[in-house]
Amino acid sequence: MDFAHAFLQIIIAMDMTIRLSVVLLFACLAGLYSERAGIFDIGLEGKLLISAFFSASFSYETGNVWLGLLAGVGASMVFALIHGIASITYRGNQLIAGVALNFLASGLTIVIGLAWFKEGGQSPALPQSSRFHELTLPFADTLRDIPLFGPLYADVISGQKPLVYIAFLLIPFTWWLLFRTRFGLRLRAVGENPASVDTAGVSVIRYRYAAVMIAGVLCGLGGAYLATSQASAFGREMSSGRGFIALAALIFAKWRPWYALMSCLLFGFLEAVSNLYPNIDVFGIFEIPVQFTQALPYILTVVILAGFVGKAVAPRAGGEPYVKER
Amino acid sequence: MTLMQKFLGAAATMALTAGIAAADPAIIFDLGGKFDKSFNEAAFAGATRWAEETGGSFREIELTSEAQREQALRRFAEGGFNPVVMTGFSFASVLDAVAPDYPDTKFAVIDVNWLDQPNVRGVGFAEQEGSYLVGIAAAMASKSGTVSFIGGMDVPLIQAFACGYVQGVKSVNPDLVVIQNMTGTTPAAWNDPVKGGELTKAQIGQGSDVVYAAAGGTGVGVLQTAADENILSIGVDSNQNHLFPGKVLTSMMKRVDNAVYEAFTQGVDMETGNFTMNVANGGVDYALDDNNAEIFTAEIKTAVDAAKAAISDGSISVHDYRADNTCPVK
Repeated sequence: MDFAHAFLQIIIAMDMTIRLSVVLLFACLAGLYSERAGIFDIGLEGKLLISAFFSASFSYETGNVWLGLLAGVGASMVFALIHGIASITYRGNQLIAGVALNFLASGLTIVIGLAWFKEGGQSPALPQSSRFHELTLPFADTLRDIPLFGPLYADVISGQKPLVYIAFLLIPFTWWLLFRTRFGLRLRAVGENPASVDTAGVSVIRYRYAAVMIAGVLCGLGGAYLATSQASAFGREMSSGRGFIALAALIFAKWRPWYALMSCLLFGFLEAVSNLYPNIDVFGIFEIPVQFTQALPYILTVVILAGFVGKAVAPRAGGEPYVKER
Repeated sequence: MTLMQKFLGAAATMALTAGIAAADPAIIFDLGGKFDKSFNEAAFAGATRWAEETGGSFREIELTSEAQREQALRRFAEGGFNPVVMTGFSFASVLDAVAPDYPDTKFAVIDVNWLDQPNVRGVGFAEQEGSYLVGIAAAMASKSGTVSFIGGMDVPLIQAFACGYVQGVKSVNPDLVVIQNMTGTTPAAWNDPVKGGELTKAQIGQGSDVVYAAAGGTGVGVLQTAADENILSIGVDSNQNHLFPGKVLTSMMKRVDNAVYEAFTQGVDMETGNFTMNVANGGVDYALDDNNAEIFTAEIKTAVDAAKAAISDGSISVHDYRADNTCPVK
């Protein structure tokens, strides 16, 4: 294997890693906001799914992918609101509310899909105008000939779909919002010690709702990416566990935005490797089966949780409904 | 109250229709769903054709989880439906256990032809032969010297598709490279177009310019990506040429529709036993229509038709992966 060929393989793997990590990134950031404010969100999967369904359906019906995106985000926000009402206002169990959302999404998408399109719960294939297309950044073609950097810029950084750039820009934005603004400080405080925030005269309820709704928007973007960028139709259960992998990535990232970027890229990379090289032959001695690569995200998360590599400490008030002392 | 009345009304209607429907045929679609544009949709087309021609009606169910398999089968058998047709090899073990409990019901199962039950009709297909034909077409249409295959669930049936395809490709030029990927190892692999699309992009990155998808609903993602990236694709089971006109080189047609149609037509007197549909009896074939007439050149057609004749008269024998679970070529 000569150098040029190896380099091409690396470029392909990087390109695929970015494409595959975007959904994880959106869902992971959604979980980050929600859990930083003390609301465990196991319903990421359901929100991705419902958004995927509505974004695909609306962009199919209207022929405008941006309207589809709006519908997806809207649907996901409705789900987030349900989660908020159940677990903030009525102080229900956050995990159970999340699981309920997952079931609701899985059932609703199929039932509505059956009634709407009569194609067994899928949406029809989306025409060109109802899908996101690759954006070519300026100078992509002129810079292509520069060794090393050229192909990297032209094939990996340029030529991704619009939501990809939004996802990556959200990382610094989230860092700034959470760690450099008053809003962020209060949001984090609500997840660590809500009583003290309350004493300072800030509404815990309002901040928790804000966090949950932001999570709704982000999951909405993730679901829309899934249905209108990565695929070109809605399929039953098309989120296929990505919401759960995102949760794993969140724990792996120890609830920090930059680490979240790293863990989502790592998990995306592992999926890309399992796609590109199903069975990896290690110097002809033994073969790493594809199932191992696919299971690695979960194995890594368990290792992290078990405390072998650093320590993952969840926001202290996470999972607890806030009750004012009377 | 009105809602309650509606429910009661619906329940009553269902009870009534169930009574009338006795001895109607029934069909169970596998997890890919009856609108997978491929295997199950072919079965649905066969059933629909029967209903249109005879004016009869049939009962159907689409499985959504593995747990429903036996449940659905028993419910149809107990509901008096006859024959009960099911699509997919995953029914093999379930049917083997259930069939003896309903000796008066006839069962037909597609893609399974090894059960030994007096009331079961098993219809298998020589997929390797059809895949061999489209393999020849792929090899001749490829400009890059690399073609690829994407399978659904990693099972011997799909390996047989892959193996036949590789044999076809290598019969044209043994130096051609065939990249192979399987979508997964669970039935969810039949319905994961996103993964299908990603695998296609990976294969394109490795130089492939003709991709053959034998992956049920996952294949839609493969064909879509191939069309987007401007390479050729090959459909499977149903004629999928119309999905992306001018981009789908051909389709390996498995006449599941005919198998279902025949089972329905024979009705309660259905002939049982095991059958194999192959190139010689028209059970598997390649698709040529207006949508691919331009890309499926006369040269390709001549070569494929020659191979078809040779397979039919036995002068070419295509190795079946399922016979010994190995493939002579890679």
